[in-house]
Amino acid sequence: MSHKLIDLVGITKSYNNNIILDDMNLYIRENEFLTLLGPSGCGKTTTLRLIGGFETPDKGTIIFDGSDITALPPNKRQLNTVFQKYALFPHMDISDNIAFGLKIKNKSQAYIQDKIKYALKLVNLDGYERRMPDSLSGGQQQRIAIARAIVNEPKVLLLDEPLGALDLKLRQDMQYELIRLKNELGITFIYVTHDQEEALTMSDTIVVMNQGYIQQIGSPEDIYNEPENAFVADFIGDSNIIDSIMVQDELVQILGAKFACVDKGFGTNKPVDVVIRPEDVKLVKPEFGTIEGEVRHLIFKGVHYEMEVHANGFDWLVHSTKMFPVGEKVGITISPSNIQIMHKPASQDEEAASIEE
Amino acid sequence: MKNKKTLATPYLIWSAAFILIPLCMVFYYGFTDRDGNFTFQNIFAIQNPEHLKALWLSLLLSFISTLFCLLLAYPLAMILASFRVKNNSFIVMIFILPMWMNFLLRTLAWQSLLEKTGVINNLLTFFHLPNLAIINTPYAIILGMVYNFLPFMVLPIYNSLTKIDQNIIHAARDLGANGFRTFQKITLPLSIPGIISGITMVFVPALTTFVISNLLGGSKILLIGNVIEQEFTQTSNWHLGSGLSIVLMIFIIISMVFTAIFDKDGEGTVL
Repeated sequence: MSHKLIDLVGITKSYNNNIILDDMNLYIRENEFLTLLGPSGCGKTTTLRLIGGFETPDKGTIIFDGSDITALPPNKRQLNTVFQKYALFPHMDISDNIAFGLKIKNKSQAYIQDKIKYALKLVNLDGYERRMPDSLSGGQQQRIAIARAIVNEPKVLLLDEPLGALDLKLRQDMQYELIRLKNELGITFIYVTHDQEEALTMSDTIVVMNQGYIQQIGSPEDIYNEPENAFVADFIGDSNIIDSIMVQDELVQILGAKFACVDKGFGTNKPVDVVIRPEDVKLVKPEFGTIEGEVRHLIFKGVHYEMEVHANGFDWLVHSTKMFPVGEKVGITISPSNIQIMHKPASQDEEAASIEE
Repeated sequence: MKNKKTLATPYLIWSAAFILIPLCMVFYYGFTDRDGNFTFQNIFAIQNPEHLKALWLSLLLSFISTLFCLLLAYPLAMILASFRVKNNSFIVMIFILPMWMNFLLRTLAWQSLLEKTGVINNLLTFFHLPNLAIINTPYAIILGMVYNFLPFMVLPIYNSLTKIDQNIIHAARDLGANGFRTFQKITLPLSIPGIISGITMVFVPALTTFVISNLLGGSKILLIGNVIEQEFTQTSNWHLGSGLSIVLMIFIIISMVFTAIFDKDGEGTVL
């Protein structure tokens, strides 16, 4: 894999004695699409603003391409930001907006004109040069904001929930657009969002954050299939998170019933959290199930049915293409590889510590 | 809908009685002579060298005062706008507080401060410094105008500055602009509506004032406002006073049109 382009070392940041980030360590590789994912107030936007230069950390260093940029103002950093509310300059037309960074750098008129044309083509808005920002729709403004950033050929593009204000259809289109741009331009994207689907769709690497701590770093598949703790499991996708006991290696007791699993090394008779994705819960005839329950709710979701099955005192969320009517007695089986065992966090500190391993 | 219109009735009566009718009377007097005959004489009376001189001096002093107000108010408004997070209403209030005092009283205060044996000169004498002799000069009038009208410049500029989204400033910085270029390319152009409002709100009252020139300029310096006032109170020539008022009104309308063109967002709260 390519080298570390940005390295955040021991970053701590607080506002009015409120700790936003606590001793955070994170690196971003060249050409990576990295997503900072978490609920509001988790520190993801602050992280982005620190990288962009709009905030300075209380402690720690930011290394960019081998040099310390912690104290460098935003205009001296080789990266550009796409802001949440686009932040186009309202008194300039589209071409002046796009040309802003290039004019500051005293590029030639011909070069600027070329770049404007190229950037508008890239974001599928040819011919919009003379329009004013407020005459454009939200999606168009967002694409202009992206065009304005990329004409400067930054090494890194920072995107702060850029699709947050768009409707669902437009958001999905823009997701593909962003992936295409990233592949065409070959620049590093750092993307902030609270939308787990967006993160799973676009990212090479996802950083799940909560309350100023990194919860897990990994590929979308890792994050989804192997969540390291209950927070990650709960935040990414739907899941059944159940207090359980690890009886011994490869055997876990869930709600009083013993299930075979593939995890080892948790010790014997240790309390753990178990995550089972709703699509991994298999419903069978009662006599074939490991535990038995009753269907309580049924919703048709299009691709699958969503059912709630009450079994051994727990409401299981189940996704299945096979429908079981409400009131039917069913058995539940889970294949061993679909049972994800997680350590129980003793405290928040430990939760954070477990990530740094 | 009908009910809402009824609610406007008191205002309409008020407007008719105290704005429309007086305005008509000014026009009536302005375009007639003492015998009630129609004439342009009162309008053309502005060509009288005395009157022209007063008008020219008014325009000049108003212009200089407006310029000083702008130069003082812009940095002040920027400082105020930068406090936007907390306590900003309190800080703004401190600057607006003098406006709560009577206008006449404030100007009288400056008179006694600037007098030959006034507070400032007493202090200067005490420290064996040369005395200040600006009372009854155009300088004192400018001082009075700047002091009295400064808040009218600060407020609209402050309003337009606080309206600028911080992300736009950040975006400019992010695209490589340093602090000065950001101000030049972003902050200043986006605050132009406030500047234009401020200019009008200072220039118009400065152009028409006669109190400030009366109290701080002595009887020697006549502004167009003083000439008009004298026509009404001393010479009792309402026709000439009205005629000159109409001429002055033209200058005011010009500056209001100027405002209307630039101030599309309605930052100017008065006009």
